[in-house]
Amino acid sequence: MNDFERALRYLNDPLNWSRPNGIADLAVEHVTISAVAVLVAMVIALPIGTALGTARRGGGLVVALSNVSRAVPTLALLTLFAVSPIGFGNRATTIALTVFAVPPILTNAYVGFRGVDPELREAARGMGMSRAQVLGRVELPLALPLVTTGIRTAAVQVVATAGLAALVGGGGLGRLINLGFGQQDYGVMIAGAVLVAGLALLTETVLAVLSWAVVPGPHRLPFLQVRTPEEPGGVPEPTASGVPL
Amino acid sequence: MTSLGARPLLDAVSGPATGLLAVDEAPNPWFDSSYVTENWDSILAYTGEHVRLTVLAVAIGTAIALPLALLARRSRYLAAPVLGLSTVVYTIPSLALFALLVPFTGLSSNTVLIGLVAYSLVILVRNFLAGLQGVPPDVREAARGMGLSGAQTLWRVELPLALPSFMAGLRIATVSTVALTTVGVLVGHGGLGQLITGGFAANFYRAEIVTGAVGCVLLALLADLALTAVERALTPWTRAVRT
Repeated sequence: MNDFERALRYLNDPLNWSRPNGIADLAVEHVTISAVAVLVAMVIALPIGTALGTARRGGGLVVALSNVSRAVPTLALLTLFAVSPIGFGNRATTIALTVFAVPPILTNAYVGFRGVDPELREAARGMGMSRAQVLGRVELPLALPLVTTGIRTAAVQVVATAGLAALVGGGGLGRLINLGFGQQDYGVMIAGAVLVAGLALLTETVLAVLSWAVVPGPHRLPFLQVRTPEEPGGVPEPTASGVPL
Repeated sequence: MTSLGARPLLDAVSGPATGLLAVDEAPNPWFDSSYVTENWDSILAYTGEHVRLTVLAVAIGTAIALPLALLARRSRYLAAPVLGLSTVVYTIPSLALFALLVPFTGLSSNTVLIGLVAYSLVILVRNFLAGLQGVPPDVREAARGMGLSGAQTLWRVELPLALPSFMAGLRIATVSTVALTTVGVLVGHGGLGQLITGGFAANFYRAEIVTGAVGCVLLALLADLALTAVERALTPWTRAVRT
């Protein structure tokens, strides 16, 4: 394939990486936007998810939120923020991405904390632990696998979506795709696509390893997990709330 | 292309913050009913393309996902690669996938369709597999004991039992496909997404953008409602239990 050879040649040229607004700059921009969006979303969603989950309330609200977020096209939200008074550029992109990162983190934190056996909580209270100790030493470790899954889902989603921002004037690696397409230079476009896809896969892998290291108990890498028989079938796993982007 | 047309404008405006965007210089309402009535025909055409792409993608996805799920259920050794591969596909951004397909399929709507099939397939296989694995083994054994053949067991016992999970998968796949179709604007076949980028390129015309966005959400809601109705009609027994 000729276009693929051209993409390879483009990626092999060090100048394309190091020049201003080259691949390195775009990648840094891409990662920065994504990281800020995910961190802000965590600050918003984790406390709410924890509070709702431990109180076992608001399940309908959480489900409705994740369902509605699935129906809203990311492109629409990116565009709407770009034409709002915020103006386009990285700020609008970051805000739009934050909005999309909240539902997966919130849903998974909610499900994780709700799933903690109430008897364990009671036992911990009986042992004389304070409310904060119960939360930090009993509930959090038990909820952590799902909490990290939520963050991973959101992060991969955000990294993937950040590429779309280029269609409406944002920055990041998506620019290469848009630029290559606009100039009918499919080599550049393919190079951009490979870079965006690679970054998403890298994010997934890094966060999977990270959550593997952080979560206590029997260590299992998420991507090696095949559905085990004791898991209740029939119900799609909470990560299914993540949308491919 | 629409996205290309916007570029010089962007570079002109996205410089240092001057506080005044081209957006603010003329009245630019968020919604304009006259826009909708005057452009009704083109809105309908885009909606038609959107619906066509979604229905085709989910239908083809279902046709491929069901045999795959049946195959993956047979053994863990088949399930692992199927699920692993689907995770990888799921992780690849749609924009990148569409871009990678362009050299093969060009600017036709097939580019969008193939991408959408891939994503709906991933969601459907997982849910189909979960549904099939949720069938209790003793029920399957009882069916065999009653003399049902493998195909009969599948059709008369397993599929009805797995139906709620199937339908859940179909709903998720349909709703996210409706949203994903908009990314097809890259090759000019994004259905209602064309209104979104079209409005952006037409000097940030908000009414057009909002019409496209709201149309997408409405379409997704309608599809979800329709599938819920189908599910209720297909599974009368779940209702009897619930009430």
